[in-house]
Amino acid sequence: MNFSLDEEQVMLKTSARNFLEKECPKRLVRDMAESKQGYSPDLWKKMAELGWMGLVFPEEYGGVGSTFLDLAVLLEEMGRALLPGPFVPTVVLVGRPILAAGTQPQKRRFIPGIADGSLMATLAFLEPSAWLGASGINVRATASGKDFVINGTKLFVPDTHVADYILCVTRTGDRAGKEDGISLFLVDARTKGVRVEVLKTLTGEKLCEVEFSNVAVPRSNMLGDLDQGWPIVQRILDEAAVAECAWMTGGAQWVLETTVNYAKERMAFGQPIGAFQAVAHRCANMAIEVEGAISITQYAAWAISENDPEASVTASAAKAWCSEMYKHVAGDGIQVHGAVGFTADHDLNLYFKRAKTSEIAFGDGRHHRERVAAYITSEGIS
Amino acid sequence: MDFNYSPQEEAFRREVRDWLAENMRELPVWWGRPDVPAPEIDSDEYRDFTFWWHRKLYDAGFVGIAWPKDYGGRGATLTEQAIFNEELARHRAPGPANAIGIGWAGPTIIAAGTEEQKKRFLPKILSAEEIWAQAFSEPEAGSDLAGIQTRAVEDGDDFVVNGQKWPTGAAERGDWAILLVRTDPNAPRHRGISYLLLDMHAPGVTVRPFKWMDGDSSNCEVFLDNVRIPKKMLVGQKNLGFYIAMSTLEFERSQLGATVGRENTISDLIKIMKRTERDGRPLSQDEVLRQELAQHWIETKVMKYMGLRMLTSQLKGEATGPKANLGFVMAGESIQRLQDFAMRILGPYGQLSRGSRHAIDNGRWLRSYLSSRGVPTIGGGPVEIKRNIIAMRVLGLPRSY
Repeated sequence: MNFSLDEEQVMLKTSARNFLEKECPKRLVRDMAESKQGYSPDLWKKMAELGWMGLVFPEEYGGVGSTFLDLAVLLEEMGRALLPGPFVPTVVLVGRPILAAGTQPQKRRFIPGIADGSLMATLAFLEPSAWLGASGINVRATASGKDFVINGTKLFVPDTHVADYILCVTRTGDRAGKEDGISLFLVDARTKGVRVEVLKTLTGEKLCEVEFSNVAVPRSNMLGDLDQGWPIVQRILDEAAVAECAWMTGGAQWVLETTVNYAKERMAFGQPIGAFQAVAHRCANMAIEVEGAISITQYAAWAISENDPEASVTASAAKAWCSEMYKHVAGDGIQVHGAVGFTADHDLNLYFKRAKTSEIAFGDGRHHRERVAAYITSEGIS
Repeated sequence: MDFNYSPQEEAFRREVRDWLAENMRELPVWWGRPDVPAPEIDSDEYRDFTFWWHRKLYDAGFVGIAWPKDYGGRGATLTEQAIFNEELARHRAPGPANAIGIGWAGPTIIAAGTEEQKKRFLPKILSAEEIWAQAFSEPEAGSDLAGIQTRAVEDGDDFVVNGQKWPTGAAERGDWAILLVRTDPNAPRHRGISYLLLDMHAPGVTVRPFKWMDGDSSNCEVFLDNVRIPKKMLVGQKNLGFYIAMSTLEFERSQLGATVGRENTISDLIKIMKRTERDGRPLSQDEVLRQELAQHWIETKVMKYMGLRMLTSQLKGEATGPKANLGFVMAGESIQRLQDFAMRILGPYGQLSRGSRHAIDNGRWLRSYLSSRGVPTIGGGPVEIKRNIIAMRVLGLPRSY
């Protein structure tokens, strides 16, 4: 029994913290939110040189061969820095499923590019219904000779405007069980018929509407078996949920530290405001929620690394907890700061906004509590 | 990071499981069976039962697992203590008696007591031949413990003690008590308190029991009237007793046993929700209740992993005293919400008490609903004090009082 980071993980954490404090200041975060690209190609290149994109991929594909837990350590620091750009879409939403479900040729074709930073990718999953279950998938892929042809609209797709490939979740069959008949395709983003429109969002994160009009994709780009893609999607959602939890945990720790430091220094009625219990107890509550988030997130990441049979429900438990936690902590951070915390200039607002988008991403608390309820009442996981 | 246990620890877990499987067969028929009438918790019959079971645990080497061998313990690690607590809860088996003795008086004597005190007291704490009470707080000094007024004046080889203690757990049947008294009324209040071991059978000790609102657990008021306590019963230095009482004792802080207890409660509730129909549909399918049920399960998992992180810190020898309050506050307030949830699942049946016709599980849920307002958020320091400690000692905020 040893629930703590090992020496290498602590080193990774420290070096990531130092690197991002220098290379990803809040100025950059704000600039990227305003920019068209939404990420810094220069920073992306440096991250690739550090081996971050290849962290969770085997050495034979140009990666480092670390675990998902190691990745979670890194993601925590990215969340603390509010790093802009398509890291999670490329690595977690596309790279990981290719490694898990791809053919040898697919792995050889895509993973080395992801690992060296030359290939960016994203997952086209949600549709206008915004439903995370299999019944929400209605974008069609139809067999046509050697190819499939995709038609329909995907929504809330991250960073598609800079992606080289889009992993598209499609419906290929209509059966009573909605999870049967789902197939995944790796679509070259430059294919004729792909139209991308960047939406304006709360954080400046580049979420897109992606329209597929008779988009041809070769059969060899199908990930997994025809009609049997849903378990791959579920696995992506589990890993994405835990990745988001790590991100939220990192951001929440920044808010907690910043808020506690402010409460020590800000004077009111002749004493630091942290000497008032109304403020001190609010800070204590933040610390309790953050400690819970660190604990459940690290365990959930470990469970994924180890293929634990309860990894999926643990991911939901973590996502439900962290979604509420980050929102509370970011809100409390603003409250303790008072009016200055509410200003556009103060960085707290960046975290408060991110807390909301993180809550929404890959299922909010309500969604994941229902998954937990289904599991513990043994009525089948939804 | 490794959530596996060592082969030695796994062997210990098997030993505990095998022992429980073998010995739980001898438990009285009413144990764990709310439908069978059980003796009242303050009856002699119940007391005999707890000592009988304690003796079995003791003979099997399961009492004082992390205590040093020299003092009659098993000399194992806190991990093994945590495993034992977890298995005990998982099997829904009774625990050892003498909680204050084993959890508090003993560790204090080990840490700060004289060799004579260790020899005299430790073996009988573990065997439960002597039951211990805790006499710290007073009617006018609870959270603010440094405000105690019970006086001890030196007279020859003795302290002569006068005052009143309240509430004093386990005092009614207690043989000994850990006691805080004021020995220097002129010193700053934290520096005039001494830590004594009180013979509850000594002349001048009067014990008056009272009941908590849950009706089950009794507690006492203790009057000390010219009670003579030999000076050799002083623990640590005179006038520094407050710091001994506040020092962090190395008891197991993972709360794993309590976490498993919560898991049991939730699984019992799920059974009730499945068999209880309202408007033609089981409660387990009610969307609102499912959300709440899931939240309780999630909180239990969160606490479990907070506890394991705490245990890891302890095993590494890090100071965990203040940090443990993060989990304690959460667990205390969470169990109240869980018990309230249970009462709402039961609806009108929730108000039926033990022995009543139609009472579900013989009123178990009502009792635990009431008792959740005591120990979880007040006993061992109210959550307000715990939040103060988190603010000051974990976050480094200035003192607020």
